[in-house]
Amino acid sequence: MEKNNKKLSNKTWLKPLCYALAIILCYIIISILIENRTFGRKYTSLFIPIGINIMLAVSLNITTGFLGELSLGHAAFLAVGAYSGALVTTNLVSVPEIPAMILALLTGGVLAAVAGILIGIPVLRLRGDYLAIATLAFGEIVRSIINTLKITGGPKGISSIPAYSNYTLVYVFVIITILFAMNLKKSRFGRAIFAIRDNDIAAEAMGIPLTKYKILAFTISAFFAGIAGVLYAHDRSIIKPDQFDYNKSIDILVYVVLGGMGSIKGSVIAAIILTVLPQALSEFGEWRMLSYALALIIIMIFNAGDIREKLGKFSTALREKKGEN
Amino acid sequence: MESFIQTLINGLQTGSIFALIAIGYTMVYGIAKMINFAHGDIIMVGAYTICVLTMDTKIPVVLAIIITILVCTVVGILTERLAYKPLRKAPSLAVLITAIGVSLFLQSLALIIFGEKQRPFESIIKIPPIEFGNIVIQGVALVTFIVTIICMVVLNIFIKKTKLGRAMRAVSEDKQAAQLMGINVNKTISLTFAIGSALAAVAGILYICQYLAVKPTLGALPGIKAFVAAVLGGIGSIPGAMVGGILLGVIEALSKFYLPSELTDAIVFGVLVLVLLLKPSGLLGKKRIEKV
Repeated sequence: MEKNNKKLSNKTWLKPLCYALAIILCYIIISILIENRTFGRKYTSLFIPIGINIMLAVSLNITTGFLGELSLGHAAFLAVGAYSGALVTTNLVSVPEIPAMILALLTGGVLAAVAGILIGIPVLRLRGDYLAIATLAFGEIVRSIINTLKITGGPKGISSIPAYSNYTLVYVFVIITILFAMNLKKSRFGRAIFAIRDNDIAAEAMGIPLTKYKILAFTISAFFAGIAGVLYAHDRSIIKPDQFDYNKSIDILVYVVLGGMGSIKGSVIAAIILTVLPQALSEFGEWRMLSYALALIIIMIFNAGDIREKLGKFSTALREKKGEN
Repeated sequence: MESFIQTLINGLQTGSIFALIAIGYTMVYGIAKMINFAHGDIIMVGAYTICVLTMDTKIPVVLAIIITILVCTVVGILTERLAYKPLRKAPSLAVLITAIGVSLFLQSLALIIFGEKQRPFESIIKIPPIEFGNIVIQGVALVTFIVTIICMVVLNIFIKKTKLGRAMRAVSEDKQAAQLMGINVNKTISLTFAIGSALAAVAGILYICQYLAVKPTLGALPGIKAFVAAVLGGIGSIPGAMVGGILLGVIEALSKFYLPSELTDAIVFGVLVLVLLLKPSGLLGKKRIEKV
């Protein structure tokens, strides 16, 4: 036992260092790829949307994968973040870029989290498919309200939002989101929400306050979606209510389900593939959506499990093969 | 008062169409425990079929309607066989995403065949409107009411009295027990999809007779509204879908009339949330007690 502890403590500093190195290395590679336009203009412009989609997928994974509640209204939090962030920066034109963006990110994240609490309290009383529909309903309500309000510009939306989102900023927040989610998984709170997912009645019997933890998980998920929304607004420069309808929520859900519920790695991979895929298929014109839809169905049928599991099996098979050789 | 009654009649008309679509959702949910997101697009398939048949080929209307219903039924069964059946044992979310894939597939197929542009449609229902003083009931509305009532009565008799209907109820209650009783579960599920799609075809025909235009995304909005209606009434319950559909149509029409029209969706979905909070299993849904 003591030996084991010693071994662990010897290695504890190694792991964070590896992570830090990997993060920096990844950033260097990405910046080289972007600055040199290695993939051409078409794909270089995809880096920021990929980052935003990763944030959305990972944040939805906290609700859907960790807590086990199917949410069809994630775009609502994206919308709250995008609109509040855009309103901050468009009204603070005289403020320099960096403080304005920090303020926008804070406002967007906090307001989305508040929306998460307000929606979470009623919705999380429901179960299963009913909960899913209630989140869909709230998503549409939020969109409908944004569509009616004057301050949000109604159906025309907000235009000429300053382009404050750059790949460094997006990268930083992607890493923060991923690290947060990974640590959440290992924390006491994370274990508690996993217990709720696996069996809520048993979890309650073990003394886990169900409602509190459910709402907290939902709020955290909303917060990160809000941040992603601010980045989205400052990348797109125009936002309209139609961009945040239930199709957007479903897109995000597709990343999570395809990547594997509860798997952060899977969410990241799926978000990257599914952002690049439509662009890669764009040469096919009208056939693009058709092939995307077909790809989705075929992937789901052949991959009833999840990407991570398949990859795991694949890599162990490879290792075994190597061992044989 | 007159305008109120007029609004009510309009609401009943859209509500009837919602009810027809909602039945398809609710039956499929009851049996396969899946939210069939592609159901709304079956309406679109029906709308395009009737549009092409009556406007391009000039075949008799009755024949065109029968062909439309057949086409939708076949599409419904095919999607079930090709896309959903391989996933029968997969987690419900995988099936949900597949259904979304099927929905996208049907929409983009229509986009490729017919193009993005909206296509005008000439109504096949040519019945003069009936007037009571200032209140006018359009011919289309009248036909919609009658067709919906007939469909619902026939469906209820089918479910309650026939052997196949009993098999459907048994499968929705307990798949394995039904199989042990000698019911062919796969066939029963296909039958459910067939009936749901046939009703969606009828709804599609009635829908474009009211709106007089077709486009590839036509099915999405009535689809999602009908789905809300199914949940409102208690998903899995057929009478619930009927009540939910009509109720939703009336609420929508009234809120459109009395409030700014941008808020209609907020009101409709707000009512849904309210009902779910007060009665989580919907108006006529069965309450399930979970045991550890």
